[in-house]
Amino acid sequence: MKVERRVISVIVQNEHSVLSRITGLFAARGYNIETLTVAPIPESGMSRLTIETRGNVRVIEQIIKQLHKLIPTYKVIEHEEMIEKEMVMMKFPINESLSNIQALCEAYNGGIANVSSQHIITMIADEPKRVRHFIEAAQRFHPIEIVRGGVVAMERE
Amino acid sequence: MEMTGAQMVIEAMKLEGVDTVFGYPGGAIMNVYDEIYKQKEFRHILTRHEQAAVHAADGYARATGKVGVAFVTSGPGFTNAVTGLATAYMDSVPIVVVSGQVPISLIGTDAFQEIDATGISRSCTKHNFLVRSAKELPRILKEAFYLAASGRPGPVHVDIPKDVTAETAKFDYPARIDIPTYRPTTKGNLRQIKKAAEVICKAKRPVFYLGGGIVHSNSAELVRELVAETKIPAVETLMARGVLEHDNPLLLGMVGMHGSYQANMAMSEADLMIALGPRFDDRVTGKVSEFGKHAKIIHVDIDPSSIGKLVDVDYPIVGDLKEVLEVMIPKVKECVDPDRYQAWRDILKRYNEIHPLAYEDSDKVIKPQWVIERVGQVLGDKAVISTDVGQHQMWTAQFYPFSFPRQFVTSGGLGTMGFGFPAAVGVKRACPDKISVNFTGDGSILMNIQELVTAVESRLPVINIVLNNHYLGMVRQWQTFFYEKRYAETDLSFQPDFVRLAEACGGIGYRVETKEEFDEALNDAIEKGVVAMIDVIVDREENVLPMVPSGGTLYNMLLEYKD
Repeated sequence: MKVERRVISVIVQNEHSVLSRITGLFAARGYNIETLTVAPIPESGMSRLTIETRGNVRVIEQIIKQLHKLIPTYKVIEHEEMIEKEMVMMKFPINESLSNIQALCEAYNGGIANVSSQHIITMIADEPKRVRHFIEAAQRFHPIEIVRGGVVAMERE
Repeated sequence: MEMTGAQMVIEAMKLEGVDTVFGYPGGAIMNVYDEIYKQKEFRHILTRHEQAAVHAADGYARATGKVGVAFVTSGPGFTNAVTGLATAYMDSVPIVVVSGQVPISLIGTDAFQEIDATGISRSCTKHNFLVRSAKELPRILKEAFYLAASGRPGPVHVDIPKDVTAETAKFDYPARIDIPTYRPTTKGNLRQIKKAAEVICKAKRPVFYLGGGIVHSNSAELVRELVAETKIPAVETLMARGVLEHDNPLLLGMVGMHGSYQANMAMSEADLMIALGPRFDDRVTGKVSEFGKHAKIIHVDIDPSSIGKLVDVDYPIVGDLKEVLEVMIPKVKECVDPDRYQAWRDILKRYNEIHPLAYEDSDKVIKPQWVIERVGQVLGDKAVISTDVGQHQMWTAQFYPFSFPRQFVTSGGLGTMGFGFPAAVGVKRACPDKISVNFTGDGSILMNIQELVTAVESRLPVINIVLNNHYLGMVRQWQTFFYEKRYAETDLSFQPDFVRLAEACGGIGYRVETKEEFDEALNDAIEKGVVAMIDVIVDREENVLPMVPSGGTLYNMLLEYKD
């Protein structure tokens, strides 16, 4: 069976150790987590997790069912068509071209976040595929550090 | 009403109708035990090991369908209980285990007898709670009982820090609860049920694949009706033994690794498998890609994650089996013609004539299967039968004449040696009018032998029948078949004197080497009604057959073993 990438959003009750229930489930059943982001949903007592995972159709189906089965899980959202974004921060040495770096970042919905005497820090936010392109393209400016934020997603409709 | 956390625990037991708690006290749960001392609502049975407390609660729950309850302390008390939780989890048994925890201020400091209990139990419970204040304790206890028994049942663990049991708060026990994130589907999809009824009526070679879900949902009566109306043959999993009466001509026997020839052939040749509450365990399916290769599959289960997990299902129905069957039976009745399956029944009958489930009896040595059949003749439906794990367990499943659901209490999924005796203690407490028999092996019985003391002290007579082959028999059998008889650490020739061991704990022991001696011992044990240990010296080299080697296909059974 073909292994595919899937982004799943999970709405959970914001309670003690709920995150470890989710990650524990992935670990115990041998599922993959490529990226994971978590944050509370304002004024709801709920949190939203976005999990980027891989597996064949049967595995993806089991992941969704097993997530549903967890008692604090309110909703599992999985769609072929999700609007996905990922944020990336990158640190460059100060001797690299500030204007070239800025131009590159702007092409990927970002810009310069901070400039110190030593470093240039940039941030971008774009679709996961474009994020990969950005990281590739940025290599020529000799980045010192890359921080990826993990995918967040929202249903299109 | 204001009360302490410890008092709340007692009150909750009262409101949940708990009549028995199995447990073992210790530092972190002493406040609760202090309240147990003062109350008269339920009986506390002191086991001699926390694992046994949980197995006893489990046995109680399996025998009745009610939620079993066990109390243990923090740290080692809890870790000892983990095997019990895992056993109940694998077989979907509703129990609530309350453990003590170090005071909240000490959590995370590696305090004395501290362990991250909810961290450990997370993967072997349906749900668990670490209680943070007495205020939330009533709601949590209510939820624990509700979660354990509803939907797909399972164990729930409640970890209560010592200061929470001392703290006072208002006791406001919810009459009903609503967990917005937990709403099991109980009503099956009507269109799917209709479709299923149609394919049942159109099938040529259908077979019922009966699983433990029938027992959990108390729907054996409906299943019996469905089988009788359709005259479709049925196989039972280990967990479903007793759903159909042993002498029902449509019952093909147990399916799977040690299933009968006709049951496994029926599954292999069927064109329709009607799976009612099983979970397609690897011990049943053998090689998955060959399982039910020619069959369309209907699968009814309350747990959506059980459906399509291992085998693709053509007609999935998520719902409570009882509710689904109540709708399905009239629909099947409308269209079914039982004569339609006559040719199929004849084929299966022929299979059974060629390779019936049987063993070769002997005059020289007692065959283990004979012992089980004998107990079946003497006690039949007067006994509830527990087992440990191994050869004796499979022989019991094959040869005991079960006649009602919940008559057979055994650790199926986890395969926990040491389960049988404490479970049988719980069974006796739950069913005082039944004779509680534990078939065990000379390996398994030693894994919770200390429960002799519990059973004697608590006056809960269990008849332990040790099928003693001086081997760790099932592992020995695999070594014989697959490891060229290299009997690594399976020779148990050195063993205690089981008679004196039983007597040392206040029970009664018998050593038996002939059939006559066995009859005498069994009758004496039944008559005396005390805790008994019958040490039966059986044929050492007997194997459990038929056998589907691990990962093999169901239709390729080893039917005999010749040296």
